[in-house]
Amino acid sequence: MEPMLSVRNLVKRFGGLTAVNHVSLDVYPGEVVGLVGDNAAGKSTLIKCISGVYQADEGEIFFQGQRIYFARPMDARRAGIETIYQDLALAGNLGVSANIFMGREVKRKYLGGVVHTLDETFMYAASQKVLDTLDIRFANLEQKIEKLSGGQRQAVAIARAVYWQAKLMIMDEPTNNLGVVEQRKVLDLIGKLREEQVPVILISHTLPDVFAVTNRIVVMHRGRRVAEKRTSETNSNEIVQYMMGALDDTRVS
Amino acid sequence: MATGSQGVAAFPSRSARQKQLVLVFSRVWAWVFLAGLTAFFSASVSIQSHGDVNFLTIRNSQNILMAIVPVLLMGLGQTFVVIAAGIDLSVGWIMGLSSVVSALVIVTLIDKGTNEPLAIAIGCLAGIVAAMIPGLISGFIIAKLRIPSFIVTLGMSFIARGIAFLLSGGNVVGGQPQGVRDLGNEALLYLISGPNGGLYFLRAPAVTGEALRQLDRILQWPVVITFILLLIMLFVLHKTQFGRHIYAIGGNREAALRAGIPVDRHIIVLYTLSAATAGIAGVLSTARFSGGSSIAGDPLLLSSIAAVIIGGVSMFGGQGSVSGTLIGALIIAVMTTGLVMLNVQPFWQYIVVGVIVILAVLIDQARDLIIGRMETG
Repeated sequence: MEPMLSVRNLVKRFGGLTAVNHVSLDVYPGEVVGLVGDNAAGKSTLIKCISGVYQADEGEIFFQGQRIYFARPMDARRAGIETIYQDLALAGNLGVSANIFMGREVKRKYLGGVVHTLDETFMYAASQKVLDTLDIRFANLEQKIEKLSGGQRQAVAIARAVYWQAKLMIMDEPTNNLGVVEQRKVLDLIGKLREEQVPVILISHTLPDVFAVTNRIVVMHRGRRVAEKRTSETNSNEIVQYMMGALDDTRVS
Repeated sequence: MATGSQGVAAFPSRSARQKQLVLVFSRVWAWVFLAGLTAFFSASVSIQSHGDVNFLTIRNSQNILMAIVPVLLMGLGQTFVVIAAGIDLSVGWIMGLSSVVSALVIVTLIDKGTNEPLAIAIGCLAGIVAAMIPGLISGFIIAKLRIPSFIVTLGMSFIARGIAFLLSGGNVVGGQPQGVRDLGNEALLYLISGPNGGLYFLRAPAVTGEALRQLDRILQWPVVITFILLLIMLFVLHKTQFGRHIYAIGGNREAALRAGIPVDRHIIVLYTLSAATAGIAGVLSTARFSGGSSIAGDPLLLSSIAAVIIGGVSMFGGQGSVSGTLIGALIIAVMTTGLVMLNVQPFWQYIVVGVIVILAVLIDQARDLIIGRMETG
């Protein structure tokens, strides 16, 4: 099977610091890949290179078999790579529907296209539909994001990605700062995405979460990829060893 | 994930009703306050003058509308900027710059023998363009070089002030043709009250003496122009993608950026637009007083910001409305006019405006606090 995303020998430097050091990574359709590592391991930088926030200094990224280069995040989104960041990238002062359509609002044209207005009716209906398929319920779609719980915000971000037909979803610490029940629900949503054949890269510090939903786990340490394991063939003890740098598959022994 | 609906349903209906009440009050208090203010002044003015003077007259209402024109125009541009989490301190002197430039261009063109309507049209346009240039530069510096808007527009304010003084030599630029005065003072409707009176459309009736004294101009051109602009900006802010993006940028600039909104370009447009509305205010000031004055806008800058705040625009960005700013401007103008008619020393106006500004923000905060308490039980 062709990988959906293929990262080859990616390097990203900030001045003298090599944040990502010759990292390769493949993600296949319908699979959830856990990306783990200690702070400053380079996970977030790697992700930002894939999603167009940063541009890699060396290496190649292939998406759906094609070599791609993203100058800005919008390029990546247009290609179908949706990133759900730690800080969620939602506007707290806007409602659920407005956030799902942020930056890609549906417009209605008047006077032969001279005047454009927001087509709120369409956007509400479409938002409702995608929320229904994901089994997410809100009292009303005008509710401001800042009035919602952490899990609900996460759900809005995921619904946004699904609506825009993400071909690859990247989630950065999606269960952080959530209550136990909400954590469970977010993990369920990731499971739903896998059912829909949308591959997910999951970045998390919470190893139980990673073991609960991933097929494979990639471990980074100080900018390098030190291990890649099938989730069923490893355990959290081993992963922690890799994260601490005690184990390293790239080291020549 | 049904927590949202459960959360709402869990409220006992009494506190839900209270919450609704708080929300409604916080939304309409400014209107109620304006109505109360009007009622108070009409009663007290009438009592103080033993019925000789009336606050609620057509003439007075038109005076108030004329008074809010520059404050409202600058406030509208400011509303957009502040919702996008910025501030524009340069509009006062940009208004002066525009006033001077428009007056100078008109005088020069008339001297060169250009026909009057054309000279006025070019002059007005020149004034607005002259205003937009510093706005464009400010916007560019704020968006691209990431310097706080407060600093950039403060600097630009001094620059505009200097240029306006240099161009005008510190004097009022007079010598304006009749058409300029008409633009600033004539009206859509004219009303002569009394037995021989009548309502006239577009053209002032040729009357003298007592009838002239009874002549009221209803909806003078600056008011008409301002309210057309207000409607356009209301539409743009609340109904279009451009407006939605202003809220998105003010709510979470990073999120807006990641959502693919061209944030830098938007910010540049907003400061240019803010300068343009100040420019229009400058041109209308030239028209109203038949002269270009560099200091026309300076005393109004803070009033326009006050109007924006009273209208409920959050200085942290992301919140506010055009109608709110209209109310804010009206409250200030009604109060100022009312106090003058009550023969209160004009200096009191400043104190009262200051109190209302602080009160307005307190009410907004109290609302959030009260609702927050209700929600956590």
